[in-house]
Amino acid sequence: MASKVIMPKLSPTMEEGQIARWLKKEGDKVSMGEPLAEIDTDKATMEMQALSNGVLRKILINEGESAPLGQLIAVIGEPDEDISSVISEAPKPEAAAKPTAAAAAAAAPAQPASSQPAAPDANGHARQAPVPNESGRMIVSPLAARMAAEAGLDLRTLHGSGPGGRIIKRDIEAALTETKQVATFPRVVEPLPFQPAVVAAASPYRDEPASEIRRTIARRLVTSIGPVPHFFLTTEIEMDRAVEMRRGINALDPDLKISINDIIIKVVANALIQHPAVNASFQDKFIRHYEHADIGVAVAIEDGLITPVVRSADLKNLSQIAGEVRELAERARSRRLKPEEYTGATFSVSNLGMFGIDEFTAVINPPEGGILAIGAVTPKPVVRDNEIVIRQIMRVTMSCDHRVIDGATGAKFLQTVKKILENPLYLVV
Amino acid sequence: MPTITIREALNQAIREELARDERVFLMGEEVAAYDGAYKVTKGLLKEFGPKRVIDTPITELGFAGLGVGAAMVGLRPIVEFMTFNFSILATDQIINSAAKMLYMSGGQFNIPIVFRGPGGSAFQVSSQHSQALESWYAYFPGLKVVMPSTPADAKGLLKSSIRDDDPVIFIEQERMYGNKGEVPDDPDFTIPLGVADVKREGTDVTIVARSLMVPVALKAADKLQEQGVSCEVIDPRTIRPLDIDTIIQSVRKTNRVVLAEESHPICGVNAQISALIMERAFDYLDAPVKRVSGEDVPMPYAKNLENLAIPDVERVVAAVREVAYLD
Repeated sequence: MASKVIMPKLSPTMEEGQIARWLKKEGDKVSMGEPLAEIDTDKATMEMQALSNGVLRKILINEGESAPLGQLIAVIGEPDEDISSVISEAPKPEAAAKPTAAAAAAAAPAQPASSQPAAPDANGHARQAPVPNESGRMIVSPLAARMAAEAGLDLRTLHGSGPGGRIIKRDIEAALTETKQVATFPRVVEPLPFQPAVVAAASPYRDEPASEIRRTIARRLVTSIGPVPHFFLTTEIEMDRAVEMRRGINALDPDLKISINDIIIKVVANALIQHPAVNASFQDKFIRHYEHADIGVAVAIEDGLITPVVRSADLKNLSQIAGEVRELAERARSRRLKPEEYTGATFSVSNLGMFGIDEFTAVINPPEGGILAIGAVTPKPVVRDNEIVIRQIMRVTMSCDHRVIDGATGAKFLQTVKKILENPLYLVV
Repeated sequence: MPTITIREALNQAIREELARDERVFLMGEEVAAYDGAYKVTKGLLKEFGPKRVIDTPITELGFAGLGVGAAMVGLRPIVEFMTFNFSILATDQIINSAAKMLYMSGGQFNIPIVFRGPGGSAFQVSSQHSQALESWYAYFPGLKVVMPSTPADAKGLLKSSIRDDDPVIFIEQERMYGNKGEVPDDPDFTIPLGVADVKREGTDVTIVARSLMVPVALKAADKLQEQGVSCEVIDPRTIRPLDIDTIIQSVRKTNRVVLAEESHPICGVNAQISALIMERAFDYLDAPVKRVSGEDVPMPYAKNLENLAIPDVERVVAAVREVAYLD
């Protein structure tokens, strides 16, 4: 059966692509995963792979020409198959200048024309109507329908979370976030045929209602990793002196119970004050720079996580921070935090060291500019002065919002964090 | 800027316009010797004398017609209805004379008249005295309909209405006369008719509210902010001509709309706004437009029932949560 090749989304900001080079000619055999063409996006030249087996029957967009996302650019099919109905859906040359209309037309799922009435609107363009499926009418909010058409999303692949299964804006946003994460995979309208394995039946499953906090986490996180351009910086920090300092302080007064994490919070706060460009957040039309370092501390709680905030950690001493974190975390676990106690941080710290995690990346909590992911402190052999010695090593990874923090800015900040943690006496000078 | 009540703001507007233009005069029941049933016209008789500030008999159709005639010969009357409930008696003059005259005279006669007074619910004055009639008047071409919600808007809009060359229905809210706010004391301060005001900016849901519902919507927006929902509150201020562009712009941003009004829902102003949003922003809606209106019953006298008949903060909050798919 003929399958359409559409202009795929190859970068998060791409709106149209130009065919740099076809790697196959009409009539060539292609198999799934094989490079089909090179496409110039707004960012780079990317390879587009074939997503079905067959023969490249028709090229609709020539080298050097552009097409908006989702537009039909080629057809793959059997050598002798009639593909005229597929080609007839391609926009006419003059329509190509109207990306939205073209994208909407191309996004219409491949179905026999009779089951998919497309009423032309006042301008004579075919409008994409929600497509009825076997179970009946599909319910889509007008906004969601338009967003799906513009993004070239097949509504039938989506699950509606609104009343009566209505597909609404947040469902489209969630789907778009998923597509972005696999951005190098061009989308096809037809789902790939699933190869049945030895076990014929699908795995059984059970559905549990998502709790409010789980849904909030989901909603918050997709507003981060999708729209916020993350990049990651990792470094190794020698923690021997920090560990020694902690032991020393706690020996003075066992009630203080300073943790390594408390020291990290303090150090991060001081480093933020030294690097005001990192203690900032992107606010669409302006960049907000904070005077103090309000540090969000990710706390795992039953069924989720929450980030209570240590306000102005730069002004507080270690025992104040330790006491505050302990108290906030306790109330976080019993769900007794007030909203102002877990919102409005300027930067966050997330520590999975206690779970034996060596290194991980954390998702930024918008509108904060960054988050530092802390791994476990473990003794490791390292080379110092040409000798192998054992040091307490901790790996940290900083996620940065590239809209406010550039690579070098983040790196310099991380350098300061490393410098202070490796020589914690800096905290008192 | 001085902080004054809506009552004082209206008084200032009338006083300043009486002083500014000698063609302006005021008439109505009890406006002169008694200083107005709601004291909006306090002190005006004393200042401007009985030729400019005139007590009328209880004859709404009569003095409305007198006003239209005066406007035809070049004066600029302000006609006060003790409440807009009594304007019902004068509708023939308002609708058949004032609204039509410019058209039917082939452009020979402008009718620069303001019909003003309190409208909407008050405190336990029951069915006949609690009516919000703006949709009636907004229906007719030839009339402008204005409904302020703050002292500054009341002053600026009333001055523009008095200076306007067409008949203006200016509906004050009986419960709001004592509401306070800052008002510029510049005698040339006016607010143009037909321009909506964004009373609060937000990103998640647009609440369109007028008159009594503006403070209700703002309180609801405060509550919703605590729940993580950011509301934009738009006060059209003028019902006709309606600044639909500002509303559409907001809807395109938020994708969700709640329309709050004190009046009955059937053929109401919000039914019209809802239709316009559907026509002009259909592809931007993520949820059906939700109206919160007064109950579709004559206003009850009993206090508990009266409270139930008028939209309150809780109903607006619930409507916003519904269109934002939060419940």
